[in-house]
Amino acid sequence: MNEVIKISHLTKNYYTAAGEVCVLKGVDITITSGEFVAIMGPSGSGKSTFMNILGCLDKATSGEYLLNSNNTTALSKNDLATLRNNIIGFVFQGFNLLPRKSLIDNVALPLVYAGVDSHERKERAKQILKSVGLEAFGTYLPTHISGGQQQRVAIARALVNKPKLILADEPTGNLDTKTSQEIMQLFSELNEKEGITIVLVTHEPDIAAYAKRLVNFVDGKIQHDGPTERMMERVQ
Amino acid sequence: MTFIMLAEAWSAMGANRLRTFLTMLGMVIGVGAVILMSSIGAGTQAKVKESIASMGSNLFIVLAGSMTSGGVRIGSGAVQTLTIGDANAMEEIDSIAATAPVSSGTAQMVYQSANWNTQVTGTTPSFFQVRDWNLESGYPFMDSDVRGATRVVVLGKTVAQNLFGDEDPVGKTIRIKNSPYIVVGVLVKKGQSLDGRDQDDTAMVPITTAQTKLFGSQFKGSVRFIMVQGVSESTMDKAEKEMTQLLRQRHKLRDSVEDDFTIRNLTALANTAEETTKAMSLMLAAIASISLLVGGIGIMNIMLVSVTERTREIGIRIAIGAKQNNILLQFLLEALMISIIGCFIGVCVGVGGAYVVAHFFPINVVITQNSIIISFLVATGVGVFFGFYPARKAANLEPIEALRYQ
Repeated sequence: MNEVIKISHLTKNYYTAAGEVCVLKGVDITITSGEFVAIMGPSGSGKSTFMNILGCLDKATSGEYLLNSNNTTALSKNDLATLRNNIIGFVFQGFNLLPRKSLIDNVALPLVYAGVDSHERKERAKQILKSVGLEAFGTYLPTHISGGQQQRVAIARALVNKPKLILADEPTGNLDTKTSQEIMQLFSELNEKEGITIVLVTHEPDIAAYAKRLVNFVDGKIQHDGPTERMMERVQ
Repeated sequence: MTFIMLAEAWSAMGANRLRTFLTMLGMVIGVGAVILMSSIGAGTQAKVKESIASMGSNLFIVLAGSMTSGGVRIGSGAVQTLTIGDANAMEEIDSIAATAPVSSGTAQMVYQSANWNTQVTGTTPSFFQVRDWNLESGYPFMDSDVRGATRVVVLGKTVAQNLFGDEDPVGKTIRIKNSPYIVVGVLVKKGQSLDGRDQDDTAMVPITTAQTKLFGSQFKGSVRFIMVQGVSESTMDKAEKEMTQLLRQRHKLRDSVEDDFTIRNLTALANTAEETTKAMSLMLAAIASISLLVGGIGIMNIMLVSVTERTREIGIRIAIGAKQNNILLQFLLEALMISIIGCFIGVCVGVGGAYVVAHFFPINVVITQNSIIISFLVATGVGVFFGFYPARKAANLEPIEALRYQ
């Protein structure tokens, strides 16, 4: 099986006015292609920091992180940007769409940095928007649609450059229960039909239930790691 | 890529129109001021140059000199020590092209019902050569007129207009101090002199006529001053020396005695005037470019605010794959666009302002292509220079911090 993420002995320290804070204390994990992983844990357990490192937005203090066989610790800022662009799709809690741009432009933005020409950008963005059921809203601004729709647009943006991996940081945190279920179904479909690897952070067990594998962080370490059904009983 | 970046910069500018406008206004005023000031400077320079050219080239003026009478020194021109003979003798010097003795006064002229008071210059035909002054119609008087002291007159344009209106004066007879004179020619318009006098408000008669029939003279053949034209600019110093030598000899001055004449190099004086206006226009442009600098600082200020405001946007862009250069270019282009559009409007304002100034004030204005090109280059430079720091600040943002920014 193809390893998308391979992490060994990962630590992360922050230096604050109060002194050195150890957020991640030695994390080892391997995620293979096609997995759907939910990361849970109380706040302060280091799961968000871990996600930032997974997304190459932050660097580890020590340890090794291979993303799709690229050793991220050795790469420059610009190389990491290219890696993010080609391999990762981000879905954020706060959607993070550009407010002044139409939905099509928002979805097409990663393709701008991938160097795709303008005609193809439009075509691909339209297609992806259609696949998340928003083809009729292409020229709307993000502020003109609902939160659930905005998150669909964000997912479309994450998908547009055909990523191997989607990182979702509490993607349903700002949504109501019904919309949350719809978004999670969309993730499940993407995982099953397209075979895209998904890693998502959540603190709601019923959201985590959509994933096939559950990783539980406590105090900067992985406490439990295993198939979701089995884990759920333990967590609860 | 380039096109989308431009569109990106354009939409960012449109997002906060008032702010963009105010930022641009700094550039508009800066560029406008530079264009306006430099065109006023160039206009003044052109005017001075024109006056200098109208004076004639390589020109000396030899003034009848001061004299000491019982210990009291009297100013130059007070005593008439120069004569027509001096003028003729100086013409023999190799480095001198022509000389024209002048003795002048003012007189009332009458033609039918019109009359006009002007300065009448008694001189020789070589005056027209020395002053580089052509005739619009008719002919100048000739050496024979000087020899015969005939009553002929050449009118300046202003005088001709005042006496004759639209009528052609050549061949007509006017009365100067109640004696009839035949108008033989009209001079071309020369415009203002360096000191602002109307050079066309004048009339010329043969010097002998002026001395014997019009004004009389204290001593026979004495003149107020002699205009001298050197052969070339490079021999001006030599000509001055030789003239001094010759005049001292002719006036029988001993070595211990001071010159009883004064030689002034008018071309050198004119060059000084030109240098002065050049310095003045440079200073005007320098003062105006300070406002350009202030405009540039305004751009930097706004770009810094804009970067801070859009920190989250920058974070999103970096997260989905923007490289540092992409972000740098985005903000640099925005600054550049503001400054170039501002510059374009500024050029229009400056050129328009120059026309307004020229229309409502008695100031000569010349819009030079150079000042526009330089303004554009400077504005572009200002945009890049003052946009670079904010753009680099944006490009160096850490993605997680930028994404977390509220």
